[in-house]
Amino acid sequence: MFSVARTSVLRQARTQLQFSPSTAPLQHSALARLLSTLAVLEQKDGKLNVSSLAAVTAGVKLGGSITAFVAGSGVKAVAEDAAKAKGIEKVIYVENGAYEKGLPENYAPLLVENIKKGGYTHIFAGHSAFGKNLMPRVAALLDSQQISDITEIESEDTFVRPIYAGNAIMTVQSSDSTKIITVRGTAFPAPETEGGSATVEEGVDPKAECPTEWIAEDLAQSDRPDLSSAEKVVSGGRGLKSKEEFDRLMPPLADALGAAIGASRAAVDSGFADNSLQVGQTGKNVAPQLYLCAGISGAIQHLAGMKDSKVIAAINKDPEAPIFQVADVGLVGDLFEKVPELTQKLKSQ
Amino acid sequence: MSGLRILVPVKRVIDYAVKPRVNRAQTAVETANVKHSMNPFDELSIEEAVRLRERKSPPVDEIVVFSAGPPKAQDVLRTAMGMGADRGIHVVVEEKQALEPLGVAKLLQKVVAEQKSNLVILGKQSIDDDAAQTGQMLAGLLNWPQATQASKVQVEGEVVTVVREVDGGVETLKAKLPMVITTDLRLNEPRYATLPNIMKAKKKPLEKKTLSDYGLDVPPRLKTIKVTEPPPRQGGVKVDDVDGMISKLKELGAL
Repeated sequence: MFSVARTSVLRQARTQLQFSPSTAPLQHSALARLLSTLAVLEQKDGKLNVSSLAAVTAGVKLGGSITAFVAGSGVKAVAEDAAKAKGIEKVIYVENGAYEKGLPENYAPLLVENIKKGGYTHIFAGHSAFGKNLMPRVAALLDSQQISDITEIESEDTFVRPIYAGNAIMTVQSSDSTKIITVRGTAFPAPETEGGSATVEEGVDPKAECPTEWIAEDLAQSDRPDLSSAEKVVSGGRGLKSKEEFDRLMPPLADALGAAIGASRAAVDSGFADNSLQVGQTGKNVAPQLYLCAGISGAIQHLAGMKDSKVIAAINKDPEAPIFQVADVGLVGDLFEKVPELTQKLKSQ
Repeated sequence: MSGLRILVPVKRVIDYAVKPRVNRAQTAVETANVKHSMNPFDELSIEEAVRLRERKSPPVDEIVVFSAGPPKAQDVLRTAMGMGADRGIHVVVEEKQALEPLGVAKLLQKVVAEQKSNLVILGKQSIDDDAAQTGQMLAGLLNWPQATQASKVQVEGEVVTVVREVDGGVETLKAKLPMVITTDLRLNEPRYATLPNIMKAKKKPLEKKTLSDYGLDVPPRLKTIKVTEPPPRQGGVKVDDVDGMISKLKELGAL
């Protein structure tokens, strides 16, 4: 990893210290203190989105100090909650209802002010709907070329990210002084949310105008585990033939496993399942312990969203389906028979 | 204010159905002799622009389609014009000096000013580098409102209402023109350019420009160290029945 030409002063200095190229965090080096991360956290209705703590995990891997940031209405409690997460030194909060919905038109200037004040070298946020919407705007305002959806940190300026729907893995080196980065949640599991003791401090609020008005939202209600962070995911595709069959077969299987439900684009487009359940290049990325899918052929756009799963199991009646090339366990058969049988047998265990 | 002046940036990418291969030197993905087409999300942008025109209220004055890329990017501009765009602008950029999203956003900022656009519709991401940045960056540079991942767009007078896809569902936003919108898959179903329209598109104006025409020099900020194939998954086993599947999953520790 140290074979690349080093340009930054920081890297040269570190070499002189003969820093060992181990994978351990850089924080034992005195110079690592020059690295400072701002981790942008998400909250909703006064509750911290725990999966957004992936940004903190990225900061821990990088080394250096980590400050977390949260804004909205009633966020002091969220900040105090976040302060318990391991790895964070300080939590900055900005209490203002105008930021509640995370609209980038005023949230981006807010972040820029706080970034400038804190002089951070790295800004991490999750590659979620919130992070994807906000961070490029922040990057443009800071004249920095964002690095999206990273899966690994090689050094303070070198990062790894998938391109072409995960069919290629690119390592890039950034020359920007402030690095704006979104992280793939499944590659940076959230830290422990107990045991930390960060200080909590109020941030600056530039009170930028927001030309956009938030009108309404319609979120799919579910008491199942969250798709992007679930340990187990069962997923259905076009092979289920109708919404009725999807609803008849998939939820019982999910319940038997305690799994979240996902779907392929074909299933979503045909109206079998809600858009928010789509797994793939344009939907969610998941990397559960078990990804069990039925009636999914395995198009590259779908594989992009699930091929980092620990164990993939597939039920499909077509023995030539590409899904069998990535599945650890494949069962060729009619899903209308096999899924209920599997549900039954799992339940009776 | 008069009607809508829509700018639709499009990108030529490796066709979505092609499995990309990393080149031998591990410097990039092999693009020579590989089928290219318009980025699928950009087709949705063109379609939405054309539908706005068909709705007639407010009137659409013009749909300009734009691409920055190698000479062959012309093909996707012609396709876009075949779908209904009025004219095209092609900033010729050689493949080797490909622009990054920030560079494209800066270029688009100039194009918006030059064309007096009041609505820019982009795809939410290009399927090659999967960055999902350009629209947001452009909105930031212009200081315009943005609505990303749109699944429904409604324009009444100067007020734009957008339903956008978020984690777990949708949200509705309202803003005034001018603004930037990025399209999500659910927005519409792009039409095919018919043969007569493809023929007509050949006669539509297509302006060729260079970066220096816009007074821009945007050296890349990111250096590609290497591009590799993802580690292949180990070929698994096929089981005969449900019991076999359960016991194999247990063996693998997944149950």
